[in-house]
Amino acid sequence: MRRLRAFGRFWWDFVVGDDWRAALGVVLAIGATAALAAAGVDAWWLLPIAVALVLYISLRREVARSG
Amino acid sequence: MTAVFLVASAFLASAVEFVEALTIVLAAGITRGWRSSLAGLGAATVALGAIVAVLGPALTYIPISALRLVVGGILLAFGLQWLRKAILRAAGFKPLHDEAAIFAREAEEARTAGDEQRAGLDWYGFTLSFKGVLLEGLEVAFIVITFGGTQGNVGLAALGAGIALALVAVVGVVVRGPLTRVPENTMKFAVGAMLTTFGIFWATEGAGARWPGEDASLPAVLVFVVVLASAAVALLKRRRVVFA
Repeated sequence: MRRLRAFGRFWWDFVVGDDWRAALGVVLAIGATAALAAAGVDAWWLLPIAVALVLYISLRREVARSG
Repeated sequence: MTAVFLVASAFLASAVEFVEALTIVLAAGITRGWRSSLAGLGAATVALGAIVAVLGPALTYIPISALRLVVGGILLAFGLQWLRKAILRAAGFKPLHDEAAIFAREAEEARTAGDEQRAGLDWYGFTLSFKGVLLEGLEVAFIVITFGGTQGNVGLAALGAGIALALVAVVGVVVRGPLTRVPENTMKFAVGAMLTTFGIFWATEGAGARWPGEDASLPAVLVFVVVLASAAVALLKRRRVVFA
């Protein structure tokens, strides 16, 4: 059980890292792109905008935290 | 064009990780003996090669759109981590990676560790080297598998990683010390930008949207990411000066 938890923790740190909100933002943006594509909207522009937004929020949090 | 990006991304990401792995191998080799350290390096390299050889071809059985969606999403989350840290380091909000300090710390820990012999090897030196190379190398294996698998060319991505390995190994033998003069943060910034670019590109395609101009839009996405990240560095630097 401990090894399984360590394995899960390794992958979490590896992909998500120390800002899970950024990873959640990425997932939501991809979901929205898929939903728009299914509705016939070619939303290629959505992810770049979402990345800019996620990066801005994530950096702002980190800078505020570092004082 | 994507082939060039593929090799360049695998090369840069691998070089960064191999520089870090070299520091650990050197610390183990100098303090615990080269035989155990090099045995650990060899065992980890074989394990990483097996991971790429097994998982790389396995990805070709997954439908390309599903693969691009999942891999794109993971690369985007993963790439944004690299990019965020590189931006914070470049702007002075996070300390730069110091290979000399890491080497000194690892060497000190290795010097004070107890003696245990297994299979004729100094076990501490072997495991330190093995774990270090395996953990640093897993990111390389991940990038080679995902980049190569999504582009249908694991071999090309592995080539980029192989060139980086050879280059770092040769420089490591010549220098016989941690590679402190490698511009690690600049390389990490470039890798973060490339991972984020591929992540945006593939996740968008995997989600069912189509890029104007198809593959030709990839350089435009890269330019967008680089401009965005550079602007973030400039703004954060200015903020640091204003609040200093």
